[in-house]
Amino acid sequence: MTSPTVPLRLFVNGDRHEIQVEPRKTLADALREDCGLTGTHLGCEHGVCGACTILVDGKPARACLMFAVQCEGMSIRTVEGLAPDDETLHPLQQAFWDNHGLQCGFCTPGFLMLAAGVLEENPEPTEEELVEALSSNLCRCTGYQNILKATQCAAEAMRE
Amino acid sequence: MSHLSERPAAPVVGRTLPHESASLHVSGAALYTDDLVGRTAGVLHAHPVQSPHAHARVTGLRLDKALEVPGVVRVLTAADVPGVNDAGVRHDEPLFPTEVMFHGHAVCWVLAETLEAARLGAAAVEVDYEPLPSLVTVREAIEAESFQGAQPVMVRGDVAAGLDRATRVFSGEIEFPGQEHFYLETHASIAQLDENGQVFIQSSTQHPSETQEIVAHVLGVPSHAVTVQCLRMGGGFGGKEMQPHGFAAVAALGAALTGRPVRLRLNRTQDITMTGKRHGFHASWRVGFDDEGRLQALDATLTSDGGWSLDLSEPVLARALCHVDNAYWIPDICIHGRIAKTNKTSQTAFRGFGGPQGMLVIEDILGRCAPRLGIDPAELRRRNFYTEGQTTPYGQEVRHPERMELTWQAVLDQADLAARSAAIAEFNRTHDDVKRGLALTPVKFGISFNLTAFNQAGALVHVYKDGSVLINHGGTEMGQGLHTKMLQVAATTLGVSLDRIRLAPTRTDKVPNTSATAASSGADLNGGAIKNACEQITQRLAEVAAARLGVPAASIRFRDGMALSSDPQEGNHADPAEPHGISWEDLVVAAYFERVQLFAAGYYRTEGLHWDSTIFQGHPFKYFAYGAAAAEVEVDGYTGAYRTRRVDIVHDVGDSLSPLIDIGQIEGGFVQGAGWLTLEDLRWDESDGPTRGRLATQAASTYKLPSFSEMPADFRVSLLEHAHEEGVVYGSKAVGEPPLMLAFSVREALRQAAAAFGAPGTSVHLDSPATPEAVYWAIEQARAGGDTSVIEHAADHASRPAVPRDGHRVDGHGNGRDGASVDGTGAGHASATRAHAIPTDLERGAYPATPPAQVKR
Repeated sequence: MTSPTVPLRLFVNGDRHEIQVEPRKTLADALREDCGLTGTHLGCEHGVCGACTILVDGKPARACLMFAVQCEGMSIRTVEGLAPDDETLHPLQQAFWDNHGLQCGFCTPGFLMLAAGVLEENPEPTEEELVEALSSNLCRCTGYQNILKATQCAAEAMRE
Repeated sequence: MSHLSERPAAPVVGRTLPHESASLHVSGAALYTDDLVGRTAGVLHAHPVQSPHAHARVTGLRLDKALEVPGVVRVLTAADVPGVNDAGVRHDEPLFPTEVMFHGHAVCWVLAETLEAARLGAAAVEVDYEPLPSLVTVREAIEAESFQGAQPVMVRGDVAAGLDRATRVFSGEIEFPGQEHFYLETHASIAQLDENGQVFIQSSTQHPSETQEIVAHVLGVPSHAVTVQCLRMGGGFGGKEMQPHGFAAVAALGAALTGRPVRLRLNRTQDITMTGKRHGFHASWRVGFDDEGRLQALDATLTSDGGWSLDLSEPVLARALCHVDNAYWIPDICIHGRIAKTNKTSQTAFRGFGGPQGMLVIEDILGRCAPRLGIDPAELRRRNFYTEGQTTPYGQEVRHPERMELTWQAVLDQADLAARSAAIAEFNRTHDDVKRGLALTPVKFGISFNLTAFNQAGALVHVYKDGSVLINHGGTEMGQGLHTKMLQVAATTLGVSLDRIRLAPTRTDKVPNTSATAASSGADLNGGAIKNACEQITQRLAEVAAARLGVPAASIRFRDGMALSSDPQEGNHADPAEPHGISWEDLVVAAYFERVQLFAAGYYRTEGLHWDSTIFQGHPFKYFAYGAAAAEVEVDGYTGAYRTRRVDIVHDVGDSLSPLIDIGQIEGGFVQGAGWLTLEDLRWDESDGPTRGRLATQAASTYKLPSFSEMPADFRVSLLEHAHEEGVVYGSKAVGEPPLMLAFSVREALRQAAAAFGAPGTSVHLDSPATPEAVYWAIEQARAGGDTSVIEHAADHASRPAVPRDGHRVDGHGNGRDGASVDGTGAGHASATRAHAIPTDLERGAYPATPPAQVKR
């Protein structure tokens, strides 16, 4: 039987979402289906590929491995909330665009949020540290070179 | 120079531009098929009932309990199909089967208000199965003579005479597995009906026209009653060329029967257990060289593992046969091909489409034979390159063979190969437990669909009264940058800036009868069609401009948003007071009021192609794409663990339409190829247990995809310069597939590094994929004296007997892959110690001696 739903309050990208979810609904599904934020993508659905990476209280997390109800009251940031305003892109977004750090684009939001979390914690990562951190997400198209380049460019821009 | 390939001054093609949808991707606004669910009211969700048997007859199907599950609306079964109950074009893929053919095969589909209700409904469907014997491995199929489709033979010359002429003759075999596409976006379709019964399907498909055709035949309606749209795909790689059709048909059938939109999205487990993959192959071969290492003859049988239905197996096999030569001239050759029918997913297109499999056979042969010939592997390869005037085994002249030499030399220079080879030799001499290898491999890849009819495309270009332009073409976007290139082609031909042009989604009601976006041909074909459409418009506009400027229409050029009476740089206007240009916007308005048609349907077909699949002869390819790669690896002698230290690539993309896009394709293709050859290890349950036939690696946690961690520490990619390709849109070349095969360099480098643990001149067999485990066993083999599975034959017996086709091994066993055993029982390496074993039963035409029966890992 489908489970009864419970009320839940999510704070996503600064907006309050009052939604009803089944207790076992993943955060990724809640974001996509109940908050209408389809920029968070589902790739492997068990925490390996990182396409669904978002920031929960500032830290990168796999939205497919969290229940939505775990995030009651927490601050969630998705790719839709990465840009500071409607007119300006986040340096990471601009750098992924400029450096062709994407092809099919499906992994892109996850990489952006991962990199955003990583750079927030360590604004001056070495290349080795960056590669280590970015190794947690998968891209099937690019061969990663431009993802690294883009992240490095963004890190530089963010330090300026 | 041909009109098609000639570039005007200051073209938009050739500029370094990012992906046209990049702004949408980085903001999360780009829509994939499943993102449309929330924008569609009243959607039903579909969930399959999957078979727990590799092969069984369905003897009973009871739906009552499923229909009692709250939220379940309907269960779709064969009885619901108004048209043809088949998901393919060969009518061997029942959409709702009465006999399940692989573990995970969908028997029926449940529709419900929520996905969870559909899942619970599917679990409540009662199916009675009568299990049947199954064939899971290609060797089992060979022994059972279970084949499907045509069994082509590609012959040139007299292979027996060639083997007799050869002074060194070897035989051996190789078996290598397939590859899961693992596009990050799984298969998805949403179908709905409009007021008049028109079916509208949004599908993640590389071949909207074929999706349309198959939906139409399942529903029993004409094609014009079905429209398929593909906004974009989150990766395709061939996995969405043939496979989406059945899923779209289920969604469409559900929509037709319920009157509500139906969403069918496979979750990852369903996708990986239900959809086809790259074909694994088995090959047995006999090859002859002369004293200088020049290939004289190749006699081989390639058996692909087709899975349960034909799908694209025949054309994949054809391309494998057409690429077994790779870059090498083989005077006398005879290649047999056949497709095993096994109880697995229906193996399908995957980037390279059989080409990589064919080329792996010859590259493996050269890699194993080079040490036996005492010739450096790179030198052996180069010595056998095609030269001017030579033809492929299927009779096509190899145009521009000098580009193979040019790319090869460019890689040698870029990689500083001579110095590094010496350094590696010194490193290996001074290190007992770690060895390095540095290998060069070439790529020659034929561009065009083998089947001539597919080499056509259409486009639709609209110029609106305000001068803005909307283009549409038959190709689909899966990340490869096709749309970016098409915008560049249109901007170049119309002479307007990119911001005047918008590209509309790929739809079957805009451009009909399209070919799959496949075979690397998307830009060649659709670019030709877009250019044609734009030129129809500029020809009409030129008349309008010419009348206003008082010059002949033939002198009008379109550039920088102007129609110019001649190239202004020439400055040859008779009367300086005469206006010599008119802006695009003014011209368009003028043309409208003069009742000049401002839109056009473009068409392109590749000229000069012909192919006779019955005799495997013809000129199937417009041209060849060339490339070369050098890879250096370091291998740990205790564990087989390795890393790729450096990769250098020089690749021929013609005059690039879009360099950033092309380099991205090369890097990504190479990495995907390296994944297939070194990491990605499909394992099927080959036991006789209850889960026989189940794909054991059905998740990203067990199926190892390339990640950042495996990237070359130093990765350098260059485009071949001065590479204009005559007769192709703006002098460019296709780029999607060829770079994948540059990854052979990594495999060969691993082989050489493993061999370095043995005595100089040791030949090793390396299992594919060359995982650290496989490399470990190759090292053990090298330490024990090398590969004994390749047999050298006395020259005078060389041509007798021919390579057997039956796949039976000498010992009558043979479950395992070729060469070194990796089962940990030691059986494989025991045989590897039998140095240079010569089979005593050569006269019986048996295979070379191989390790005793191996249970595959």
